[in-house]
Amino acid sequence: MLPPAARLAARRLLGLATSSASDSAAARRLSRSPISYAAAGCSSRLFSTALNYHLDSPENNPDMPWEFTEANMKKVNEILSHYPSNYKQSGIIPMLDLAQQQHGGWVPVAAMNAIAKIVEVAPIRVYEVATFYTMFNRTKVGKYHLLVCGTTPCMIRGSREIEEALLEHLGVKRNEVTSDGLFSVGEMECMGCCVNAPMIAVADYSKGSEGYTYNYYEDLTPKRVVEIVEMLKRGETPPRGTQHPERKNCGPAGGNTTLHGEPKPPPCRDLDAC
Amino acid sequence: MCLVEVEKSPKPVASCAMPALPGMKIKTNTPVAKKAREGVMEFLLMNHPLDCPICDQGGECDLQDQSMAFGADRGRFTEMKRSVVDKNLGPLVKTVMTRCIQCTRCVRFASEVAGVQDLGMLGRGSGEEIGTYVEKLMTSELSGNVIDICPVGALTSKPFAFKARNWELKGTETIDVTDAVGSNIRVDSRGPEVMRIVPRLNEDINEEWISDKTRFCYDGLKRQRLNDPMIRGTDGRFKAVTWRDALAVVAEVLQQVKPEEITGVAGKLSDAESMMALKDFVNKMGSDKVLCEGNGPSPPADLRSNYLMNTSIAGLEKADVFLLVGTQPRVEAAMVNARIRKTVRATQAKVAYIGPPTDFNYDHEHLGTGPQTLVEIAEGRHPFCSTLQSAKNPVIIAGAGLFDREDQDALFSTIETVAKKFNVVRPDWNGLNVLLLHAAQAAALDLGLVANPTESIKSTKFLYLMGADDVDLDKVPDDAFVVYQGHHGDKAVYRANVILPSSAFSEKEGTYENTEGCTQWTIPAVPTVGDARDDWKILRALSEVAGAQLPYDSLSGVRDRISMVAPNLVHVDEREPCTISSEVKPPVKQQVSSTPFKTVVENFYMTDAITRASKIMAQCSATLLKK
Repeated sequence: MLPPAARLAARRLLGLATSSASDSAAARRLSRSPISYAAAGCSSRLFSTALNYHLDSPENNPDMPWEFTEANMKKVNEILSHYPSNYKQSGIIPMLDLAQQQHGGWVPVAAMNAIAKIVEVAPIRVYEVATFYTMFNRTKVGKYHLLVCGTTPCMIRGSREIEEALLEHLGVKRNEVTSDGLFSVGEMECMGCCVNAPMIAVADYSKGSEGYTYNYYEDLTPKRVVEIVEMLKRGETPPRGTQHPERKNCGPAGGNTTLHGEPKPPPCRDLDAC
Repeated sequence: MCLVEVEKSPKPVASCAMPALPGMKIKTNTPVAKKAREGVMEFLLMNHPLDCPICDQGGECDLQDQSMAFGADRGRFTEMKRSVVDKNLGPLVKTVMTRCIQCTRCVRFASEVAGVQDLGMLGRGSGEEIGTYVEKLMTSELSGNVIDICPVGALTSKPFAFKARNWELKGTETIDVTDAVGSNIRVDSRGPEVMRIVPRLNEDINEEWISDKTRFCYDGLKRQRLNDPMIRGTDGRFKAVTWRDALAVVAEVLQQVKPEEITGVAGKLSDAESMMALKDFVNKMGSDKVLCEGNGPSPPADLRSNYLMNTSIAGLEKADVFLLVGTQPRVEAAMVNARIRKTVRATQAKVAYIGPPTDFNYDHEHLGTGPQTLVEIAEGRHPFCSTLQSAKNPVIIAGAGLFDREDQDALFSTIETVAKKFNVVRPDWNGLNVLLLHAAQAAALDLGLVANPTESIKSTKFLYLMGADDVDLDKVPDDAFVVYQGHHGDKAVYRANVILPSSAFSEKEGTYENTEGCTQWTIPAVPTVGDARDDWKILRALSEVAGAQLPYDSLSGVRDRISMVAPNLVHVDEREPCTISSEVKPPVKQQVSSTPFKTVVENFYMTDAITRASKIMAQCSATLLKK
């Protein structure tokens, strides 16, 4: 029997080997805890979809022309009108969001440069913001970007099985796009739906920034999540919110067991008597 | 790491962020403070690699010093350490980003002092890293300073990588001569070799920064050096000879030429002592044709205020409007430019520029390209006049490139008209400045090396080049005898008949006057190369062989002589303001020509013999100046 420290080291080495065997981009950033995700079939813990630096590619390079559509330019001006003219950079986040919707779910470096020009800051200041927030995707995502909540309550209620089912059904790894370009799966942090855990959020970029939706699907099972994906693939809109047949919003399944009738008003003094 | 204990505060307080209040009792050296710092230290070292033995910062590393005081002898962190991809910031700065502790000093330096917004903090949490996001070199003339401000070994000097440990180096506090600013530097040497150059604090001149040219030109001191006296034989090849032979040959030629055919030219790196000796020697031989390159056909040497930065470099911070005439401070004097930028950032001072289109790293207004704009301002017809009129402390900076123009007298008189019109020179404020280009320029004008270069060189039979490489060698008559005394085999050596090797600024004691008229000394850091001698000693020896012995045998002797000609040159580290007003100048009859101003410094990285010999500077001009 090995002493405990040596056992730990051996386990770590094993974990390291798994992670370096995966794609090189993921291997560049060593996973924080290699063992915990081995079960989920996922070797790297990447929140955002990309590295902290840009690599030129034909579809993402600074020389690419990029600008907001006319309709979105109106929105940009609306955003800018919220801030004083010497603090235009306050509009970076809403503009990046708009650019992401317009560009099919991700922000190319050319879009960041365009925003930097609009808010009159150096491009690096926009890059800093875009890399900080994990909800800005800096590499291509699917038209439906499925974000699985991986925070503790969802994890306890089986979010890993949900993700596993999704990845298996779509035949991709995390942050990869399916070959038809429709789906990609990512992880995200708590969205506050813990009472209906586990949940996923679906960012729908298929209809541009006009028809953009961001819906939550809660109370999922591995079976149900695959059904939702199939519905999306057929172009249907699955009912958002809880997927539990007997539950309404976040109320208890099968109706209220308590709090029947109008709630009693709090005991307080009779204001009319005064 | 700055946590201290404050009485009645339940927790340790970050002293850098807490304003001191009356009655506060601060304890800096208590068990609570120490424990708190130890905690911070443990977090700092969590992801820091244990590669001090192979790290160039080792020995001068802030983190290393702190961990000696507050670090534990073992870590409790058993997870994997984070690793970060190295960035390519160009030929000067080497990056080992895994060592970075995310202090963001480099980001702040780049955006606040250097004015290049390329660096940023990318990502978040444990994935946070310093970078440029897109592949980009750091194209600032001050980029080398991030090496000094990096508290760990993440940003280190690429040319200095794995060359020496800092405790093996001998530091010599001296000054820089690659431009007219006279930045205070420390030359770190090991044995006979200059290993690196780092800045020295001088709030009045360079603050704590130096330009990349100053910092990285040192490898030029080891290349292309002249180490033996040489005579060109009949076959056109140089042959090394002894000093005695070389001086005898020169003296013999000197006897054969007429006195008025002798010309002496001092180079841009010459110190005051050697220029004094050159002038005395040439005068003793019966000629008054002695000049310093870069000072133009009729140097404005009558009044010191005509060629100095009268506001002083530190004084620029009080200005609120700048008018730059024919000068590109970013390449001519990077430290002066940093000072202007500091002022612009701090007080929103306005900058207007007349000259060819050029790079600025602060907001400026490009008024025009030629003297016509200047005339318009002088006549009050230009829209910029209203800005000048309302300015409290206006500053006009004229470039030394104007000295080379035919119409320089008229130009400077126009500039003086502008100065008078807008109250630039007052008893309490002198905003009329000239920004010089070379280290030797100010002292040469003080000492009166003021002959006209074209005329002197055209008719010469005996040309004595003391480190002068930028004279127009095509104008030198074919039958002229050229002596080149200098430390580098640069341009002028190709025309020389005799070479006399001299010592470079890192090897000699010399007096230099910077553009604001501040006299400073260089201190020898390393021994001279081969058989080279100090410039003034060579001239002294030559004068003896030529039969016109100079009356000084020691450095203090030369300085005594200097004190008779220009007493301000012996008052070290002092600025002596000019006391005579420019009112006494005779009227100018010249007309301002319409030729636009020219760019004076084409390549920031290569301006003199030392920087032209430097491999690092060559790399910089190849990669960083790429358009």
